[in-house]
Amino acid sequence: MSNGNMNLTLKVWRQKNAQTSGKFVTYKAESISPDMSFLEMLDVVNESLTHKGDEPINFDHDCREGICGMCSLYINGHPHGPKRGVTTCQLHMRTFHDGETITIEPWRASAFPVVKDLAVDRSAFDRIQQAGGYVSVNTGGVPDGNAIAIPKVIADEAFNSATCIGCGACVAACKNASAMLFVGAKITQLGLLPQGQPERYRRAQSMVAQMDEEGFGSCTNTGACEAECPKEIKLTNIARMNNDFFSAKLFREEEIHEDKH
Amino acid sequence: MSEIKQTFNSSLGKKLIMALTGLFLCTFIIVHLGGNLLLFSNDNGFGFNVYANFLTHFPPIEVIAYLLYLSILVHALYAIILTVKNRKARPVGYAVAQKSDATWSSKNMGLLGSILFLFIVIHMSDFWFSYHNDKTMGFKEYRTDLKTGVTTDVDYNPGYAEFNKSVSVVNDVEIVRVKDLHARVVRSFSSLWYVIFYVIAMGALSFHLLHGFQSAFRTLGWVHRKYTPVVYAVGTWFFAVIIPLAFAAMPVYYFFMHRG
Repeated sequence: MSNGNMNLTLKVWRQKNAQTSGKFVTYKAESISPDMSFLEMLDVVNESLTHKGDEPINFDHDCREGICGMCSLYINGHPHGPKRGVTTCQLHMRTFHDGETITIEPWRASAFPVVKDLAVDRSAFDRIQQAGGYVSVNTGGVPDGNAIAIPKVIADEAFNSATCIGCGACVAACKNASAMLFVGAKITQLGLLPQGQPERYRRAQSMVAQMDEEGFGSCTNTGACEAECPKEIKLTNIARMNNDFFSAKLFREEEIHEDKH
Repeated sequence: MSEIKQTFNSSLGKKLIMALTGLFLCTFIIVHLGGNLLLFSNDNGFGFNVYANFLTHFPPIEVIAYLLYLSILVHALYAIILTVKNRKARPVGYAVAQKSDATWSSKNMGLLGSILFLFIVIHMSDFWFSYHNDKTMGFKEYRTDLKTGVTTDVDYNPGYAEFNKSVSVVNDVEIVRVKDLHARVVRSFSSLWYVIFYVIAMGALSFHLLHGFQSAFRTLGWVHRKYTPVVYAVGTWFFAVIIPLAFAAMPVYYFFMHRG
């Protein structure tokens, strides 16, 4: 290509809805600029599909700056594509080469049913979050800033866990479709900080219980989630979750539904 | 009670059972290896046969042995339960195989474990089961001259079924009569296919523990900046290299030493 643009072959999973079975459909993506993001490339393909009167490819996206956790796509065997530490929206077409065939699949997990084409329903993560991934703040005077001292190493660790955007790449990457990196990050983020202490052991139990209810698999510590996480959440988060959960279950008085008594 | 049941029925509870039984089996193989090093002592099985007799007739060890058999079965059973659950979590697979960075051993624990289970069944039926039930297994009499320390051995026929061991000292000669499991070891390890199977099984053990040992610590939540490197080093060098190599050396050594 004289202008550096690329011609690509896309094998895209098309599925009308959760009730019907889907199949791969091959599309040509022509004259794609290497400076486009992966989603912009799909926009171009969709535009031509729309002009032809075909149904455009359905995929999730929102902020397109790598922080909302809405985009997904399992690209050539990698959640969010082959590049490390980026979401699909931040993946640029220069990662691929002219003439390449790109296979695009939705996240595969029974807890993430396909809504349409490449979009899956990730509300299971919302329900896990609602089960305990919060800190209850009671009304009263506004506390002074920096009134509670937190060691820097702990603050950093909690912040690293808090960078999880809940995209579900960990589930997509895991051979067991386990959500433990996500849940571990959420439990760790709050469990490390003083504000998260009162609900720490109730939180670990209720979030794990909800995770199990959603039908995610179990962690086998292969580390695929850590390798594919666009925010590079560490496997250590899972160990911290296990620690909080077992402490809660075996040595603590807190129950999951203590607030209902 | 229902809360404890709930704990062990949760995904993490099942993993806890896998981790605890796995680590218990890890401690067992250290003891098993320690005792079996007697096979290298070149005393015509004297030390090994006395050790085998001790293992099967010392009550605390018998109790631990049943705990051990239970651990093997529970570890295998929970592996199956968890695998079925994990498969269900992804009913529709990917068209492009996953390319994520993950060690080969961590992705093939089920295969490695299945090889090990098959090995344990064959290994136990050959040595454990026949030691307890094979009426044709012979006895040996070891005579040690207490002045010179020289030991000689002859075959011995106790004449009655309940006999297991006797120790007596006559004229400064110690006479030890004991079941000759060592002869079975020599016989089994003279078969090339048997030796190859053992070496393959120890390869499986190596890869199983390479992932399993450190994974158990992660499951327990014992991950720490200072200690995790130690766990990795022990899991790799001790459990995945030294132990399988030492075990694999036994059939190979016997194959070449006792071939004629």
